[in-house]
Amino acid sequence: MKANDRSTVSAMVPRMTQTVSARMVFSGDAVKCLRGGREIFSDLDFNVASGELLTLTGPNGSGKTSLLRLMAGIGFPHAGKISWNGQNILNEPQNHSARIRYVGHQDAVKPILTVNENLSFWYQYWKVHDQKRTIEETLDVFDLTKLADVPGRLLSAGQRKKVSLARLVLGSAPIWLLDEPTSSLDDKSTKTLFDVVANHVAGNGLVVIATHQTLPLLGNSEVNLGTYASVTGTVFL
Amino acid sequence: MSPALSLIRRDLRLSLRLGTDTLMVLAFFSVTVVLFPFGIGPEPGVLARIAGGILFVAALLSTLLSLDRMFLSDFDDGSLDILLISPASMAVVVFAKVVVHWLTTGLPLTILAPFVAVTLNLPSAGQQPLILALLLVTPTLSLVGAVGAALVLGTRKSGFLLSLLVLPLYIPVLIFGVGVVEAAVTGIAVGPALAALSGLLLIAIALCPWATATALRVALE
Repeated sequence: MKANDRSTVSAMVPRMTQTVSARMVFSGDAVKCLRGGREIFSDLDFNVASGELLTLTGPNGSGKTSLLRLMAGIGFPHAGKISWNGQNILNEPQNHSARIRYVGHQDAVKPILTVNENLSFWYQYWKVHDQKRTIEETLDVFDLTKLADVPGRLLSAGQRKKVSLARLVLGSAPIWLLDEPTSSLDDKSTKTLFDVVANHVAGNGLVVIATHQTLPLLGNSEVNLGTYASVTGTVFL
Repeated sequence: MSPALSLIRRDLRLSLRLGTDTLMVLAFFSVTVVLFPFGIGPEPGVLARIAGGILFVAALLSTLLSLDRMFLSDFDDGSLDILLISPASMAVVVFAKVVVHWLTTGLPLTILAPFVAVTLNLPSAGQQPLILALLLVTPTLSLVGAVGAALVLGTRKSGFLLSLLVLPLYIPVLIFGVGVVEAAVTGIAVGPALAALSGLLLIAIALCPWATATALRVALE
């Protein structure tokens, strides 16, 4: 079982990306972000096309998480725009939401529900039951099958992270936004994650990863948020 | 299953497994109401005269007690972020949360109220109107409360702020709710007060989910 983990993942992953076909572009134009009246970054451009991986780097507090949240449509940029195939995402929030899978710092795992129930909820919430991948298969991707009936409160931080990551492969959202996805993961799970990400990219998906680590994956492009940081730290109040 | 239905199902399951929220609200409601006969004295005429007011104030305060939990656990564990990135409209998501809040607090309160009302010597003519009025009042409390709960999300001392924000908005509902019971007890038609309550509920249904959705976006930004 352990020996062919990787091949299982590779064999399973391409199926969900079938719906992603034509070339799509997710881009930001002169994006500016304020938090608590303080400028985090401004004039930031990014561009990811289908089949590409963008890494966000930069020191703590440079706005990696803020940028990912803007990309996800949680909040809006104070200047500039973020668009999907040229369409401003703020004009079609629900369509944009359907394209997004976001894994943030918090795991969004309910302590009272079992792993299976946690995933089943999102499965129904996103209405992805028409997809071929079942909950069982999803659990299998991150080796969570044995934990299916364990309530969230008994999981370790790494296990919770894996449940959170397993949501990525529910359905076929093209854009994956990952915020420090490898934190608290062991080596084997990290490798699984990168396999899953590589497969998503290979299947014409778009991935944006914010990270401090050097990834074993070759990103197509990198945005270093440190270079967009507000130099003066001007407070706009 | 639609997103809203699946959210209702999940939240009901969470609430049933935890159970404490509903129990706490019901216990608070009963204890508050039962305190009045001790404080005011057992004179049946006096108690019957103020029963309606006490019941509605107690219902209002117990609802307030449970409000801050409406979005808090989803906010704390990050689920709210992902709920917000939703293929459904955010107002629909909010409406689902409100429905669950009502099913787990307002509805049990309405069922319990006639029994607690006995300790206040509420005349039997007031029993049925009390249930009717509460059926209209409690959803309004949940809807208006949702706006407050979303506005104070992530602030410290949120419970205190929440009562300051929400209690003044509850006054019209309180007036007409008590009006229904008073009218029934004194033998006047209950129709007008019930109609006013229905109106308030409809206004709340029309406005509150959108206001709450906007407040949540601001809280999460």
